[in-house]
Amino acid sequence: MDSKIKETILNPIFKGNPITVLVLGICSSLAVTVELKGALVMALSVTIVTALSCLVLSLLRNTIPMRVRIIVQLVVVAMLVILVDQILKAYAYGIDKQLSVYIGLIITNCIVMGRIEAFALGNKPWPSFLDGLFNGLGYGAILVIVAFFRELLGSGTLFGLRVIPQSFYDAGYMNNGLVILPPMALILIGCIIWVQRGIQKDLQEK
Amino acid sequence: MEYISLFVKSIFVDNMIFAYFLGMCSYLAVSKNVKTAAGLGVAVMFVLLCTLPINYLLNKYVLAPDALIKGVDLSFLSFIIFIAVIAAFTQIVEMVVEKFAPSLYGSLGIYLPLIAVNCAILGGSLFMQQKDFSNIGEAATYALGSGVGWFLAIVALAAIREKLAYSKVPAPLKGTGIAFITVGLMAIAFMTFMGITI
Repeated sequence: MDSKIKETILNPIFKGNPITVLVLGICSSLAVTVELKGALVMALSVTIVTALSCLVLSLLRNTIPMRVRIIVQLVVVAMLVILVDQILKAYAYGIDKQLSVYIGLIITNCIVMGRIEAFALGNKPWPSFLDGLFNGLGYGAILVIVAFFRELLGSGTLFGLRVIPQSFYDAGYMNNGLVILPPMALILIGCIIWVQRGIQKDLQEK
Repeated sequence: MEYISLFVKSIFVDNMIFAYFLGMCSYLAVSKNVKTAAGLGVAVMFVLLCTLPINYLLNKYVLAPDALIKGVDLSFLSFIIFIAVIAAFTQIVEMVVEKFAPSLYGSLGIYLPLIAVNCAILGGSLFMQQKDFSNIGEAATYALGSGVGWFLAIVALAAIREKLAYSKVPAPLKGTGIAFITVGLMAIAFMTFMGITI
């Protein structure tokens, strides 16, 4: 049992990463990675929603009729997302505006639905909660990596603080404007997949 | 004239895939051959065209501040109402298609229920709320335009991926990796439409 929990924790971070291996939840991951701050908030929101909705639906799993399960799942997830959105609106209005529709789109984030369908409906509440939590973190990890490179190369800052010294700019260094544009997020994720599958050979596709 | 401009703009400038990355999951998963990609594209277009005007009316007459009862702002309920409309509508479409067009159901079958959780559909409704359209015609035009844009994008990627099968790609990049990079390059091409006013 202990090793099973350990696997539940470690698997989503690397070997079964929701973004690079399962290709879930791409939609929101690309648009919010221009800055580290937005990416962190998004990662946190998705983690909370995934973990809690897995927990709730795992508790309900024996009482939900199979035929209407999708709509029950959507209602639970939508409720949690509304909570997150309201909290963000109250305490971090600027970030909420910046993330715009993408907070609402957590409802249709495939990671949430995918983990509920694949894990929470067939497992006890505690492992389901851990599974949701660490899948959220695995998603967050990729988000933070992409945002790190995009903010560093695109604006020369991290968390809004200047990292690349002024003397570099005086010597002719320029920010790469292309990295800020949305398409570069896709190419960066492509590169992350490249690196990961180079290390983990059994993930390669034929 | 306004409608044509909005239509063209939502296809090319505000393309759901290349400008906002909505509906990416099914976009990457179902784009392995042109035929199924086109099927899914049509289904998304249809659901988008039907749910967006419904959500527009709901947003205007029920959810907006002071719309239903004076002094009551129900806009915090919009996520749950929108997704309920979309889920219910997909369910209805699925039942109708199964009853009256079994052959189409056979070829689309699996993708139909998946549309309920396609971000492009919910995203369309949320953008509609943000853009504040003045009448239902504009909302429907926007829905049709975004749907056509999504359809074009998925057919284009599927065609490229069919050709990619014959080229030599580094082993770790095969499949998903190269698809990401392809979409990235396509998105850069689509960015040339940015800032065009029609």
